[in-house]
Amino acid sequence: MNAAPVAHGNVTRRSLTILGLDRRLVPLAGTLALFVAMIIFGAMSYKAFLAPQVFLNLVIDNAFLLIVAVGMTFVILTGGIDLSVGSLLALTTMVVAALIEKAHWNPWLVMLLVLAGGTAFGAVQGFLVHRYRLQPFIVTLAGMFVARGLCYLIDTESIPVSNPLLQQLAYARIPLGGRVAISSGAIIAIVTVAVATWLAHATRFGRTVYAIGGSAKSAALMGLPVGGTLVRVYAFSGFCAALAGLVMTVYMLSGYSLHAVGLELDAIAAVVIGGTLLTGGVGYVAGTVVGVLILGIIQTLVIFNGTLSSWWTRIVVGILLFVFCVSQKLIEKRASRASAPSSEKSK
Amino acid sequence: MKSLFRHSLAWPAVTLILLLGLNAVMNPGFLALAWRDGHLYGSLVDILNRAAPLALVSAGMTLVIAARGLDISVGAVVAISAAVAAVIIGPTGNLGFAIAGALGVALLCGIWNGALVVGVGMQPIIATLILMVAGRGVAQLITGGQILTVYYAPYDFIGNGYLLGLPFAALLAGAVIVLLHVLLSVTPLGLFIRAIGINPVASRIAGVRAQPITLCLYAFGGLMAGLAGLIISSNVKSADANNAGQLLELDAILAVTLGGTALTGGKFSLAGTVLGALIIQTLTSTIYSLGVPPEVNLVFKAALIFLVMLLQSPDFRATFKRLPVRPPGAEKTS
Repeated sequence: MNAAPVAHGNVTRRSLTILGLDRRLVPLAGTLALFVAMIIFGAMSYKAFLAPQVFLNLVIDNAFLLIVAVGMTFVILTGGIDLSVGSLLALTTMVVAALIEKAHWNPWLVMLLVLAGGTAFGAVQGFLVHRYRLQPFIVTLAGMFVARGLCYLIDTESIPVSNPLLQQLAYARIPLGGRVAISSGAIIAIVTVAVATWLAHATRFGRTVYAIGGSAKSAALMGLPVGGTLVRVYAFSGFCAALAGLVMTVYMLSGYSLHAVGLELDAIAAVVIGGTLLTGGVGYVAGTVVGVLILGIIQTLVIFNGTLSSWWTRIVVGILLFVFCVSQKLIEKRASRASAPSSEKSK
Repeated sequence: MKSLFRHSLAWPAVTLILLLGLNAVMNPGFLALAWRDGHLYGSLVDILNRAAPLALVSAGMTLVIAARGLDISVGAVVAISAAVAAVIIGPTGNLGFAIAGALGVALLCGIWNGALVVGVGMQPIIATLILMVAGRGVAQLITGGQILTVYYAPYDFIGNGYLLGLPFAALLAGAVIVLLHVLLSVTPLGLFIRAIGINPVASRIAGVRAQPITLCLYAFGGLMAGLAGLIISSNVKSADANNAGQLLELDAILAVTLGGTALTGGKFSLAGTVLGALIIQTLTSTIYSLGVPPEVNLVFKAALIFLVMLLQSPDFRATFKRLPVRPPGAEKTS
C-alpha cells in the first residue's frame, strides 16, 4: 500500500511528487497553510489577535497537550496508537499531589518517581503489543482503564497542591524581552519538542521507527530491532504522558482524577492534522507542533468571538479531522497510481 | 463434559455463573425474585434491565467487528439520539415522531461511518474517531449545551416500563437480538459477514458483495446505538450530551470480546455478546454491593480485558504450552 521509500533517504522519485512537493511533505504543507490562514483570519477579525503574547499563550495553555502529542507521534509513526495517555496524565497528577501534599515526600524525588513510573507503564504496554502481538488499540484501551481506575483508588476528590516549590514553578514567568513572558511548562514542552525532533531525524532509533511504520516485516528482515524499538516507543509515550502530568499539576496546581478526560483524542487529532499518516511511516514532529497550535488557535478564536459556545471547538476539530483524513486517502491513492507505472518501467 | 467446555459459550457462561454465585453468597437476597406492583422485582431483573442498552449496542458492534471493522463512535451516537428525542418530545409531545427522529439520525450517523470506511477507505478506528470527537459537540449543539429533562409518561415507558411483568427495555433488546439471530441464521448474511471478516479480498472474488454489506453493518450499529440512546435517556428521564453513553464504546467492545468474538474478525457469537453484556452489568452491580467506589470498576474491567486478550493471543498460548517442555537454559537462547 505504501510505495514510498520509508527511510529518510535522498531518493525522491519524480512520480511521488504533487505540485513539485515531495509526497511526504504535502500534508505538512497543507497543515502550515491552514495555520497561516487561521492567523490571517484571526488578525483580520480581531485587533488584539496578533499580539505576541497570544501566540505564547498557545504554547503555555497547551503545553501538556503538546508534550503528549509528541509522544503520540512516535507511536503513530510505527502504525500503532496509544489511548492511555490522558488517563496516565491524570494518574500522574494524582500521584504527585497525593505524595507531596498528603505523604510530604520530597517533590524532586516524587517527580523522578512518576517519570519512571510513566515510562514503565508505557513499556509494559509496548511489551504486550510486541511480545503477544496484541492490537495496540485494545492494549492501551485497557491501560486507559487501569490508569483512570487507579486515580479513583487514590481519591475521588481533587487534591489541591500548596507545596512552595510547585507554587513557585506555577507562577514563574520567564521574560522574553518586550512585554512577553513564558511559563516553566511551556519551556519543558519546547525542550521536549527539540529532543523529539532530534530523536526522530538524527538517531538510529528514529530511523527504525520510520522503518517499522513503513513495514514492520521488512524492518525485521533488514535486521532492525523491531521489538525493542516498539517497547521503547510506547515507553517514550508513557514518559511524555507523565511529563505532561507534571506540567499539568503545576498548571492547575491540583491533582484530580477527572483531569485530561479525552486528551488522547485531542492528541491523536493534533498528530493527524499535523500531517502524520495513521498507517505509519510518514510524518514529522514539527507537523504535530503545528497541529497542536491549530487546535489552540481554534479555541482562541472561539474565545475571541465570545458568542460561540465551547462545543463548536469539538465540531470544528471533527471537521478538520475529516478533511485531513480524506485528503490523506486521496494523496495515497494518487501516489499508488503514480508509482505503479514507474515500477513497471524499472523492470 | 469435555466437549461441553470446548463450546465457545462455555467460558463466558461460567464467568457469569461464578459472578452471580459470588453475589448470592455475599448477599443472600440476591437471587430472590418477588412479584410486586404487577411486575417481577429483584436484583436479577434489575441487571437484565440495565444491561439492555449495552446488549443492543454490543450486538451491533459484534457484527461490525466480525467484518473486521470497529465503531468507537457509539457513545457519541447515543448522546445524539437522546438529544434528538428530548428536543422533539419537549415541545411536540409526539412520541412516534421523537422515536423516528432519534433512530433516523442515529441511522444517518451509522451510514456516515460506513461511507467513510467503505467509500473513502479509511481505517475503521479513524473513520469512527471523527464522529466520536465531533458527535458530543453535535449533541450539545442540539440540546443547546443543557441537560434536557423529559417528563412524559409514554416516553418514560421505554426505559422504566414493564410488559408482562418484565422490564420493557430488556424485552425490546431481547426481541431485537433474537430477530437479528434468526436473520443471520436463516439468510446467508451471517456466512457473508464471516467471509468478509476472514478475508475481504477472497470474499469479494467469491462474489460476496462486501462493500454494501459492510456499509449496512455500520448503519445497523448506528441504529442500535440510537435505540440504546432512547432507552438510556428514558431511563434517567433526561438527555445529557456530555455524559450519556460515556465510555459505552469501550464497554461494548469489552462485551463483544468477552463473548468470544475475535477482534481480528471472521468469528462471532451474538449469544456470547449478550453473555458479555450481562457479565459487565453483573460486575457493576457486584462492585456496588461490595461497597467499593464504583469508579474502581474500571480497574476490574481492565483486568478482564487483559485476561481475555492474552487468552485469545496465539503467541501467549504458545508460551504456556511450551513452558513444561522447555529445557532449562533455553530461555537465554530464545
